[in-house]
Amino acid sequence: MSAHIDSVKTYALVFAGLIFLTVATTYVATVDLGPFSVVVALGIAVCKMLLVALFFMHIRHSTKLTKLVVLGGLLWLGILLTLTMSDILTRGALGVPGR
Amino acid sequence: MITAAVQEREHYLNASYGIKSWLLTKDHKRIGLLYLATITLFFFLGGAFATLIRIELLTPQGGLVSSETYNKLFTMHGVAMVFFFLIPSIPASLGNFFLPMMIGARDLAFPRINLLSWYLLVIGGLFSLFAMLAGGVDTGWTFYTPYSTTYSNTWVIATALGIFVAGFSSILTGLNFIVTVHTMRAPGMTWFRLPLFVWANYATALIQVLGTPVLAVTIVLLFCERVFHIGIFDPVLGGDPVLFQHLFWFYSHPAVYIMVLPAMGVVSELISTFSRKPIFGYRIVACSSLAIAVLGFLVWGHHLFVSTQSVYAGMVFSFLSYFVAIPSAIKVFNWTATLYKGSISYATPMLYAFGFIGLFTIGGLTGLFVACLGIDVHVTDTYFVVAHFHYIMVGGTIMAYMGGLHYWWPKMTGRMYPEAWAKLSALVIFLGFNLTFFPQFILGYLGMPRRYHVYPEEFQILHVLSTAGASVLAVGYAIPMMYFIWSLRYGKLAPANPWGATGLEWQTASPPPAHNFEETPVVTHEAYDYSTVIGEVIEVG
Repeated sequence: MSAHIDSVKTYALVFAGLIFLTVATTYVATVDLGPFSVVVALGIAVCKMLLVALFFMHIRHSTKLTKLVVLGGLLWLGILLTLTMSDILTRGALGVPGR
Repeated sequence: MITAAVQEREHYLNASYGIKSWLLTKDHKRIGLLYLATITLFFFLGGAFATLIRIELLTPQGGLVSSETYNKLFTMHGVAMVFFFLIPSIPASLGNFFLPMMIGARDLAFPRINLLSWYLLVIGGLFSLFAMLAGGVDTGWTFYTPYSTTYSNTWVIATALGIFVAGFSSILTGLNFIVTVHTMRAPGMTWFRLPLFVWANYATALIQVLGTPVLAVTIVLLFCERVFHIGIFDPVLGGDPVLFQHLFWFYSHPAVYIMVLPAMGVVSELISTFSRKPIFGYRIVACSSLAIAVLGFLVWGHHLFVSTQSVYAGMVFSFLSYFVAIPSAIKVFNWTATLYKGSISYATPMLYAFGFIGLFTIGGLTGLFVACLGIDVHVTDTYFVVAHFHYIMVGGTIMAYMGGLHYWWPKMTGRMYPEAWAKLSALVIFLGFNLTFFPQFILGYLGMPRRYHVYPEEFQILHVLSTAGASVLAVGYAIPMMYFIWSLRYGKLAPANPWGATGLEWQTASPPPAHNFEETPVVTHEAYDYSTVIGEVIEVG
């Protein structure tokens, strides 16, 4: 297991970045971007997730096995979203009598 | 009373005394027994609800309880049995006790987290128990929205909170198992020398860690909508009720494999030990556990065939659902092939293993019926589905759990159980189970819906048969409860390896010392190599 420790300055910068992104999320929520509101909000959320995982959770300096575990988690999230969307995006694509 | 011979030697049961030595223990064996006691309580609680359901269904008029009470009875039966018995059953009790021993470790990787996970199950259980005593919950164990978020005026939040907390118990147990198998194997214990019970629990642990957080998220979303009226599932608030079903079943379908994979692991141990042969195709059986764990996450939409799920998604999920049959069938065929030319003995654990194979096969094959879109439309939400999943969960998981309990009882307690009574009860359970649930296939096929207590008179004979079977089943479960307790005092002293088995857990004393092994074992042989066994095999008739 890696013993690499980031500097306090790095942590402070990441913290500041997270606060900035939180403010950005709040601001974007007040602006009408049409269908892109969700896209922008989720984009900011992904950035924040990456910052926390890579810096605060030390994934950058972790072993390959730990990185594999993280990728596995993301893959499983992908399965959840993809197969759920395979329903939601195709409703009405094939006509069924009575529906 | 423990006899002098057992008492002289120090083991995990007499290493320390007093209530604190149990409630603050970090010994995986004692924690396994704490789990055993806890899930047994919930098993009998869930069984009590089932008894009331079956008595109510004796007559078609629905005269014993009101419709509202009946809704609560089947909900609380499901909640108690699924979340507080079946999911923790084999991994948390037998797995906790034996997984470290089977890999030659002194404990799990995180003993304190192991104790914490038991406390979380107890706290979650108490929340749900409170909800049951305070008035119950009537949503069904599936908590479908918008009924659960908008209309039900029962104890939805308290019950869901209990399940939420218990879910973390499951996650922590899974995490502990994964880290333990990766980092604490004895010298020489390579991955393909692991007993298949360990492989099965490892695959189960992956599901617990990857799936259970989604259940937690789903419960939080349900809470947000019910309490704060944030629109997530309710169409009136802009939500989508089918989204709840997607999220719920993303966890709850794999949860079926949390229940049955460890059971398959137990059966692998039993078939090998009592036919004195290595499992046929060991590696493919090990890999099939992982395949079931992965494929189990791709099929949840088959629970949504009659919802507004799209036809395209229905076809995809139906197609994927058939794939799970492949690794499951690999196991069944390989167990059967193992028996070929084996030196088979019909000890009680083996009877349960045989029961598992037969009943799981029926449960699995009827699973293919309901994975088929056209047939599912006919039988969905009927007793056919009830019978199908009881053949998996009771006929599969509980048969294997009972088999495992008998198999490892001598190791856990240092005492043998009475073999004749045990064989009788195994037979009674098998007959009682089939009498209870086989008529339900016919009922469902004929159109009897689940979750109704008033039904047409022509269904009565099948319901009477089912209730009679449930009575036999109850007797079958009560007998082991009595002789297990009896054996603690009067049972014959168990040798270290009463079955002549090969696992490392049999190479230490019965009951094991506090730290499992006097010396760390070194593994030099493949799993199930019977040429290495110098066991004190006892005659079990």
